[in-house]
Amino acid sequence: MAVEKMALAKAINESLRRALDSDPKVLIMGEDVGKLGGVFRVTDGLQKDFGDDRVIDTPLAESGIVGTAIGLALRGYRPVVEIQFDGFVFPAYDQIVTQLAKMHARSLGKVKLPVVVRIPYGGGIGAVEHHSESPEALFAHVAGLKVVSPSNASDAYWMMQQAVQSDDPVIFFEPKRRYWDKGEVDTEAIPGPLHGARVVREGTDLTLAAYGPMVKLCQEVADAAAEEGRSLEVLDLRSVSPIDFDTIQASVEKTRRLVVVHEAPVFFGSGAEIAARITERCFYHLEAPVLRVGGYHAPYPPARLEEEYLPDLDRVLDAVDRSLAY
Amino acid sequence: MTVESTAARKPRRSAGGKAGTTGTKRTTRTTAKKAQGTDPELVQLLTPEGERVKNAEYDGYVDGITADELRGLYRDMVLTRRFDAEATALQRQGELGLWASLLGQEAAQIGSGRATREDDYVFPTYREHGVAWCRGVDPTNLLGMFRGVNNGGWDPNGNNFHLYTIVIGSQALHATGYAMGVAKDGADSAVIAYFGDGASSQGDVSEAFNFAAVYNAPVVFFCQNNQWAISESNEKQTRVPLYQRAQGFGFPGVRVDGNDVLASLAVTRWALERARRGEGPALIEAYTYRMGAHTTSDDPSRYRHDDERAAWEAKDPILRLRRHLEAANHADEGFFAELEAESEALGKRVREVVRAMPDPDRFAIFENVYADGHALVDEERAQFAAYQASFADAEGV
Repeated sequence: MAVEKMALAKAINESLRRALDSDPKVLIMGEDVGKLGGVFRVTDGLQKDFGDDRVIDTPLAESGIVGTAIGLALRGYRPVVEIQFDGFVFPAYDQIVTQLAKMHARSLGKVKLPVVVRIPYGGGIGAVEHHSESPEALFAHVAGLKVVSPSNASDAYWMMQQAVQSDDPVIFFEPKRRYWDKGEVDTEAIPGPLHGARVVREGTDLTLAAYGPMVKLCQEVADAAAEEGRSLEVLDLRSVSPIDFDTIQASVEKTRRLVVVHEAPVFFGSGAEIAARITERCFYHLEAPVLRVGGYHAPYPPARLEEEYLPDLDRVLDAVDRSLAY
Repeated sequence: MTVESTAARKPRRSAGGKAGTTGTKRTTRTTAKKAQGTDPELVQLLTPEGERVKNAEYDGYVDGITADELRGLYRDMVLTRRFDAEATALQRQGELGLWASLLGQEAAQIGSGRATREDDYVFPTYREHGVAWCRGVDPTNLLGMFRGVNNGGWDPNGNNFHLYTIVIGSQALHATGYAMGVAKDGADSAVIAYFGDGASSQGDVSEAFNFAAVYNAPVVFFCQNNQWAISESNEKQTRVPLYQRAQGFGFPGVRVDGNDVLASLAVTRWALERARRGEGPALIEAYTYRMGAHTTSDDPSRYRHDDERAAWEAKDPILRLRRHLEAANHADEGFFAELEAESEALGKRVREVVRAMPDPDRFAIFENVYADGHALVDEERAQFAAYQASFADAEGV
């Protein structure tokens, strides 16, 4: 059956299964990805079916995981590595930024590193410290990396297929609070481009741009705004590097207003880049400055405070009101 | 804190040999020398005087070595040193921005490099000019990054010699991952990772040791302990002799005289062969000395004494093999004269190639950032092109 309803986590699982099945060079690596199936069960059953030579439980060392994945890629493998949680990626940050991102360029194109780094990210699940962060801007800032984040099961499935096939390193941010959200996945569909944004809801008064966990929120915001007679367009950016500015531009030229929403802190966040670029591209179309809704310039708070920290329906609606008031 | 407790801490400090009086420092140094100096565990096959000494464990790896092969090792070392000297001179002349000299480490590099097989894979630091030579990488290719025309000018797969790695110790993990791949492929080749005494402090090197041990990867860790990590001596990097680190990870570690090309060759052959047989990783600590500065930007007179260098000069790797060749009548005047001429020719060629090395095209900035392209890079390239073209228009007017 080509079309099946499944949770986002299951969609990634199915996609990894397909990747392992169709290319013997694909490997899964990470902490607890084997017997346990990962702490979120994203790799559930894969080691059982493909063996511990291809689905590899690694020592507990993130730099080691990414560093050896680079070596395996140099040998012709296509490793998909799991970083257990967003806040655990930093021991590997040096290998990702200094080695993984630059090796293609410094080899003058002779070396390709098709490595996917999967990172469950974002908050909203009541987790302890270092388990709820959104560090995507820290990777998007680095030339040589591609950064994507699906918002739904179908994208999770297809974007993972494309990430594994990419000859560039891809940082794959998985919205962990949406892992259990179900959606239809057509495993025989022809997917759109990995880095293309998508209009998920058409509107005329204002554009909401988001990716990953915030797309669902923005759709809820658009529903609420519709009840007040406002027509919001919602974009799922899907990719944070590159960003599909053409799609954002086309939308803003129509709606003349833009609010960018992400969980990451707004300071130096992807919203800042989008605001700058869209201001350049749409200066004479804009009726209001581009506004951003996101985290604050503070460490991610303890779980009991995360609802205050994370963008929610009211905070996004507040930004919508402020934009429309110009 | 009371006065009494402060006073009570003093003797403990001196006893630990950490700081304070000159007397304490001297004790520390002596202890370190004992641990790392004339060590019975140092594998040596050629004395500084060029005398062949027996070693039951490693003789077998070089027993059949011919006079021709010995002359070959000598030639490799002489030409590498000549190339290195030329590069240093080219930096002084402003042709290179920087050079990291390998002076003094020729035996460790040529011995280990010549132990590798064609299908083995090498992961170097930025100082492995001698190993590059053994792998057949044209020495002039090494100079592009030091001149600033590229960041690595050779195809790593052309000679199974990876690009130079500047950030310390990172390549130990790449080598381990590559070796894990070799094992998965069922190949019988091996991988060798080069690094230095400074790198031994890096987490990546320890992680590489552990990954290699856990997966029994066919990788040899070749640590050139040249005594100095820029200005920091061994004492700032380690409390135990480096080769002993291997024990804690569960694989063998050997300290070899890194100024003895024959011993370096034998020990590396041993380690590579056992890796190829599926016996897993090994650590070789090649005990040697960085005769020159860390790089051409460094000034060793600020942190070490000339007499230390003089002591190591007596153990020179090239001199000792020459003594051996002469004593054994393996080489005559003609050989040395011919090599001298070849050496000068190499220097001349390197000079000419470097001076003629063109600056890259300005659009190279945007080349190979991604393998599959990236919209932003395309956009910025176009903006840059338009900006450049605006000058052409102005000139055209």
